[in-house]
Amino acid sequence: MSGAREEDAVTDGTGTTGDARPLVEVRGLTKSFGDLHVLRGIDLTVARGSVTVLIGPSGSGKTTLLRCLNSLEVPESGAVRVDDVEVDMAARPSPALLRRLRATSGMVFQSHQLFPHRTALQNVTEGPLYAQRRPRAQVEAEATALLAKVGLADKAGAYPHELSGGQQQRVGIARALALRPRLLLFDEPTSALDPETVGEVLTVMRDLAAEGWTMVVVTHEIRFAQQVADHVMFLDGGVVVEEGRPGDVLVEPREERTRRFLQRILDPL
Amino acid sequence: MTSDTWDLVLSSIGPLLSGAVRGTIPLTLISFAVGLVLALLVALARLSRRRVVSGLARAYVSVIRGTPLLVQLFIIFYALPSLGIVIDPFPSAVVAFSLNVGGYAAEIIRAAILSVPKGQWEAAATIGLDHTLTLRRVVLPQAVRVAVPPLSNTFISLVKDTSLASTIMVTELLRKAQEIAAPTYEFMTLYSLAAVIYWLICLVLSSAQARLERRLDRFVAR
Repeated sequence: MSGAREEDAVTDGTGTTGDARPLVEVRGLTKSFGDLHVLRGIDLTVARGSVTVLIGPSGSGKTTLLRCLNSLEVPESGAVRVDDVEVDMAARPSPALLRRLRATSGMVFQSHQLFPHRTALQNVTEGPLYAQRRPRAQVEAEATALLAKVGLADKAGAYPHELSGGQQQRVGIARALALRPRLLLFDEPTSALDPETVGEVLTVMRDLAAEGWTMVVVTHEIRFAQQVADHVMFLDGGVVVEEGRPGDVLVEPREERTRRFLQRILDPL
Repeated sequence: MTSDTWDLVLSSIGPLLSGAVRGTIPLTLISFAVGLVLALLVALARLSRRRVVSGLARAYVSVIRGTPLLVQLFIIFYALPSLGIVIDPFPSAVVAFSLNVGGYAAEIIRAAILSVPKGQWEAAATIGLDHTLTLRRVVLPQAVRVAVPPLSNTFISLVKDTSLASTIMVTELLRKAQEIAAPTYEFMTLYSLAAVIYWLICLVLSSAQARLERRLDRFVAR
């Protein structure tokens, strides 16, 4: 498919593209910040083409878990495999290996983190042009198509501050897609948005899921999780308290902690 | 004013402007350009995770900021020859002023780099940019906006500080004024004239700064 993918398969030499294994496998992940143990032995498996939603109270470790998948946080121990890139976190992985892991995914941030000095189109082309060094004509054509796909064909020349929150976030999604990643990571993509723009972002995400993208999403949008997720994990205190199909975890949770959390989210008063 | 004074003003303007154009202005421009490059390197060294590198940078900034510019100038021009290092007046001044700008501007640039949110570094990392590309394409363009006002101050101070070069026989604006004033005793006229020329140069620079700031602000929400 993409140049980046073929290159990885070649350099890896194991020919694991077309692998039958799940796209993501995480085993025994631990991470602490000083005395604070944020992750206490997390396992996670993400099937190809599936959507996994991570829910949990703030401080539960869900965002940290997400950030360990692309090594924005480096865990103390455990193993992370995304497709053919496998990293043993306890073995002091090299920066090069962490970069390879990071290159498998694209990420959408809670506070978009678009580059304010670049237009929407330039934000989308930055990675493919300067990190992946793909030809400009091809990259710009693809970026233009991606902006159209997220409904922003007419905003290519706009700077981020000229866009609404929902539009900024959709540019962020296009920027992630432009990398031709194998995995999409979303860190509370709608938490910082005005309520009326949440829908446009969730719609784009639902469409991506329908196209078969493999996604891991940290969110408080329980309805989105019910409709789109294949797998839901409830984290609390750095452990996975409960996981399973959204129809089970979100509708008839087994654990008291899950029940209480859902009640607070769905019925805050 | 008497007509004699007027004659003196008219006959001095040419030499004074030539002192500005051939001394003050090139000395300022060259020293600032060299100093900025030095400052960027020192700022990056200060931010380095390697203790030795950041320690050396910190020591450099501390020495430059902790000693008078005039002393730095004298060491380079009058003291180094005793070690066998003899540098002409103009290059000596360039070295001293560049080192000085390097120390002050390094702190400005460091602070400007730190003012760019951590999320921008992370976003750059997630799209595959390495450290150098992240600095060049994402962080420095945003840091520039923050750094321009304080760097303009440094630049404008430098214009005036170059008058110190008159003490090591560089023929710049103040030195010209001294040379003309000495035989005539018209200190008030000549030094006032020099002051006006310094002031005009700084006025031009201030308006250039305002324009640059407006240009850099075009992508920022107000």
